[in-house]
Amino acid sequence: MAKRVGMEVAVAVAEAVGQCDIDMAAVYPITPQSHIAEHLSDLVADGKINAEFVTVESEHSAMSAVLGASGTGARVYTATSSQGLMLMHELLPIASGMRLPIVMGIANRAVSGPLNILNDHSDIMPQRDSGWISLFVENGQEAVDLSIQAFKIAEHKDVNLPVCVNIDGFQLTHMVEPLELPDQELVNKFLPPRVPYATLHPSKPVTMGAFAMSDYFTEMQKAKDEALKNSKKVILEVWDEWAKMFGRAYKPVETYKAEDAEIIMLTMGSMGETAEMAIDALRAKGVLAGLIKLRLWRPFPFEEIKAALRKAKKLIVTDRAVSFGGPGGPVFSEIKSALYSEAHRPAMYNYIIGLGGRDVTVKDFIGMFEKVIPYSVEKTVDTYEFWGVRES
Amino acid sequence: MAKRIGLATWQEITTGCVVFEPGSASEYHTGSWRAQRPIWDNVKCIKCGICYVFCPEGCVQQSEDGFFKANMDYCKGCGICAHECWPRAITIVEEK
Repeated sequence: MAKRVGMEVAVAVAEAVGQCDIDMAAVYPITPQSHIAEHLSDLVADGKINAEFVTVESEHSAMSAVLGASGTGARVYTATSSQGLMLMHELLPIASGMRLPIVMGIANRAVSGPLNILNDHSDIMPQRDSGWISLFVENGQEAVDLSIQAFKIAEHKDVNLPVCVNIDGFQLTHMVEPLELPDQELVNKFLPPRVPYATLHPSKPVTMGAFAMSDYFTEMQKAKDEALKNSKKVILEVWDEWAKMFGRAYKPVETYKAEDAEIIMLTMGSMGETAEMAIDALRAKGVLAGLIKLRLWRPFPFEEIKAALRKAKKLIVTDRAVSFGGPGGPVFSEIKSALYSEAHRPAMYNYIIGLGGRDVTVKDFIGMFEKVIPYSVEKTVDTYEFWGVRES
Repeated sequence: MAKRIGLATWQEITTGCVVFEPGSASEYHTGSWRAQRPIWDNVKCIKCGICYVFCPEGCVQQSEDGFFKANMDYCKGCGICAHECWPRAITIVEEK
C-alpha cells in the first residue's frame, strides 16, 4: 500500500531512493542536501536496505566512487549541492561519456561568492553541457516520484545516461510536506533490476573510459549527443507508465491556464506554485495570464515549448541564475534560441529572480506581469533585469 | 570499438566506447609519435636490464644473446632508457 505521510522532503527523497533497490551510494553531506545523506546512511546502517554506503572525503570522491561502482553494474545514487556540484563538475562529462546510469539528487543552492547557502539555480546551470539528463521538480511529491523514475530512465537500454533531479534547496528539501510514498511492490514492478550494457569483472575483462584521439573523439561526442536527444522518447514512455501505475502524470513542460493566455510566464522548480497564485489573481482581474513550467531541462523539449507558446503574445522568462556578461539568464537564452526559427513568436522579457534565497512573492510575480503589460509587442525589451535589485 | 583505428562511424562505436577486446591497445602503434630513437652499443652494454625495467612503454625486450632492443612499433623515443643506462650504452639520435 502507498503510504500517506507528512515528511521532510529531503528525508522523503532518501526513502524513495531506498525503495529503488540500490546497491551502493556515496553521498558527501553539504547544506541543504545533508538530510538526504544522513537519512540514506541511516537506512543502510539500520539494515532497512541492502546497500553499501561509502563514506568519502569529498564530492569529487563521491562521484568517482559511484562512477566505479556503476561500472561494475551496480545501481548507484549520489546527491549534492552548490560547491559540491562544482567540485564534481570534472567528472560529470566522464559519467555521461562512459554512459553510466548514475542518479543524483541536487538540492539546488547558490554558488559562492559571496558564500550563501540558500536556494537558486546557479549550481546546476554551469553543468548544462555535461551530458546529463536534467529534471526539475516543483514539490515534495514530484521529488519522490522523479527520484524513482530517474533510475528507470537512466538504466533504459536506449538511454544509459546519468540523470540528475533538481530539488530546490530549503524551499523544498527542508519543507515538511504531505506526500505519498509509493507501494513497494509497485515500485519493484516499475523498476526491475538493472541490466548493464557492460560490467567491470575480472572474468571478462573490458576497458571503460579509454583514450581516444582526434580520429574517434568526434564520433564519441556525436553518439553521446544522439543518446541524450533520443532519451526524450524513453522519458515520455516512463512518465506514461508511471501515470498508469501510480496515477500521477508528468510532462516535459507543465502548463497552468496557458491554453488561451496572451501573456505567459515561465518558471522552473518550486516557484511554479507561487506563480500559479499570481496567475489566479491576474485572471480574476481579467488579464489573460498563463504559466508554463519547464520540467525537462536536458534534453531540451523544443516541440513542447513551441506548442505551449504558439498563441502567446508575450513571454516572461524567469531565471534563477545569471550568465554574467551574456545574453540574459541561461533559461532565457535557451528559450530565445528555441523560438528563433518560429514565424510567430512572442515578445520575450527576462527577469532574474530569487538569487541566493531571496523571496519571490505572489506580489512580485504580479509585478512582473504588470510591468510587461504596457510594453508594445513590436518593441521587445532586449535586455534582462535583476528583479527587485536595490538601486539608488 | 572496431578493430582498425579511424574507421568506425558514430553509430558503430560501442555504448560509452567500452572496449570488449583485452589487449587491443597493442593495435595502436605509438611509435609513430617518435622524433628520436635509442641506439644500443652492445660493446658497452653489460646486460643489466635497467633499460627494460624503466621503459614506460614496456617496449624494450631482451634478445636471445642477452642484449636489449626496443620494439620500434611502440617506442616513442622518450629517452628514459638512455638516461637510466649507467654504462652509457644507449644514445638517442634524431629520426631522419
